[in-house]
Amino acid sequence: MADADPELIDDLLAGKHRALARVITKIENRSEGYRDLVSALYAHTGTADVIGITGSPGAGKSTLVDKLAKRYRDRGETVGVIAVDPSSPFSGGAVLGDRIRMASNVGDMDVFFRSMSARGSLGGLSTATGDAVRALDAFGKDKVIIETVGAGQNEIDIVRTADTVAVLVPPSSGDDVQMLKAGILEIGDVFVVNKADLAGSDKTVQELRGMLEMRESEGPDDWEPEIVETVAKTDEGVAGLVETFDDHAAWLDETGEREARERRRTAEEIRRLLRNDLSRLAERELERKGGIEEFVDSVVARETDPYSVVDDLLDPFEAVTDESDGRHND
Amino acid sequence: MSDSDRKIRCLVAKVGLDGHDRGAHVISRAFRDAGFEVIYSGLHKSPDEIVQAAVQEDVDVVGISILSGAHNTLVPKVMAGLEEYGALHDTLVLVGGIIPEEDRERLEDAGVDGIFGPGTPMEETIEFVRNNVKPR
Repeated sequence: MADADPELIDDLLAGKHRALARVITKIENRSEGYRDLVSALYAHTGTADVIGITGSPGAGKSTLVDKLAKRYRDRGETVGVIAVDPSSPFSGGAVLGDRIRMASNVGDMDVFFRSMSARGSLGGLSTATGDAVRALDAFGKDKVIIETVGAGQNEIDIVRTADTVAVLVPPSSGDDVQMLKAGILEIGDVFVVNKADLAGSDKTVQELRGMLEMRESEGPDDWEPEIVETVAKTDEGVAGLVETFDDHAAWLDETGEREARERRRTAEEIRRLLRNDLSRLAERELERKGGIEEFVDSVVARETDPYSVVDDLLDPFEAVTDESDGRHND
Repeated sequence: MSDSDRKIRCLVAKVGLDGHDRGAHVISRAFRDAGFEVIYSGLHKSPDEIVQAAVQEDVDVVGISILSGAHNTLVPKVMAGLEEYGALHDTLVLVGGIIPEEDRERLEDAGVDGIFGPGTPMEETIEFVRNNVKPR
């Protein structure tokens, strides 16, 4: 299949769920032709509101996503969910258990819920989730929710592909030093203290507030991160959270920040694809020149060094770019 | 990625009213350790929910676990639902649990690809999945 499977694209755009599911599978597997599929879908994207939800395991993300999806459905909006769970470092397998919490949306195909395994892929995952979001967007979903466990750099990359980022902080999740740590707490537009009926939630709200007060405000138009308390299990506070998300979406539109974020994301994405593809080309060149072992041999024998090896390997690339530079200067 | 080394995705589904999911948990974990991606449905699901999950998750395998004896009503409903979405021909459907000998033929006629009773060695089920996943 050299070019995009037109039938699959047509079916997806016609609202067929199985075609959407199959496109996401191809994206995940990096199957033959998946890039053409994403390219073909691109023109149909740009209408979905993308919300990223992250937080530690057991913070209540899936239950909250279920309740959020229900609220959006009650307003007549359609919803796509991508829930990322970790994969085993040993077998590469995974148990994806987030669907279990989707009890409020049973039998409602307009909540399209997809579980994804991290597949141990560094960097590749944010590309795959980003492309899956695009498939849901092209399909016509009004709201797309990305749910991922907040544990590290990988999640930060994923969640940053969203327009609005919510970080779940369960009560009693450490002291104020935890709040000083870099990473996940820096990227939240909205902080959700879920399970707010548990002891310690007031203190957590206070600590979050203290942390947010230390943030530099960038000006009068800046978005001040909100703290919302919820009990997702009983739907308490969820209406307020939806309102906060709406406020943030409106702020994104009014200040031009939505466009700015999209531009930043796009630049980052082009760079990432460029890096991936260039390194693939470099690998090919390496194979063509006899493979890594030969180079290792000569470095280990102290005949050359890694820098010189790489310089030699990249020589043909340099030559080509120099040549086109020369052409421009004529 | 070639077809042979694609990630196998399985839905482990508890349909109907029985409240025992120890077996489903054991299977989920064994599949995970075999390198499969397992979507676990949770308890007390209706056939419709299983079909919805199977279609959205685009799984290669649906493993239905039933201990209640209601397999003759529930399994054909799942099969019909998969058929409705055009998903039956490339989905491997397995049934596990307590299935009396005299019911096996009927399930196989309904399109079930494999039936695994209590005490089936885990390796046997995993091998069966590996060897019978349908091409896509």
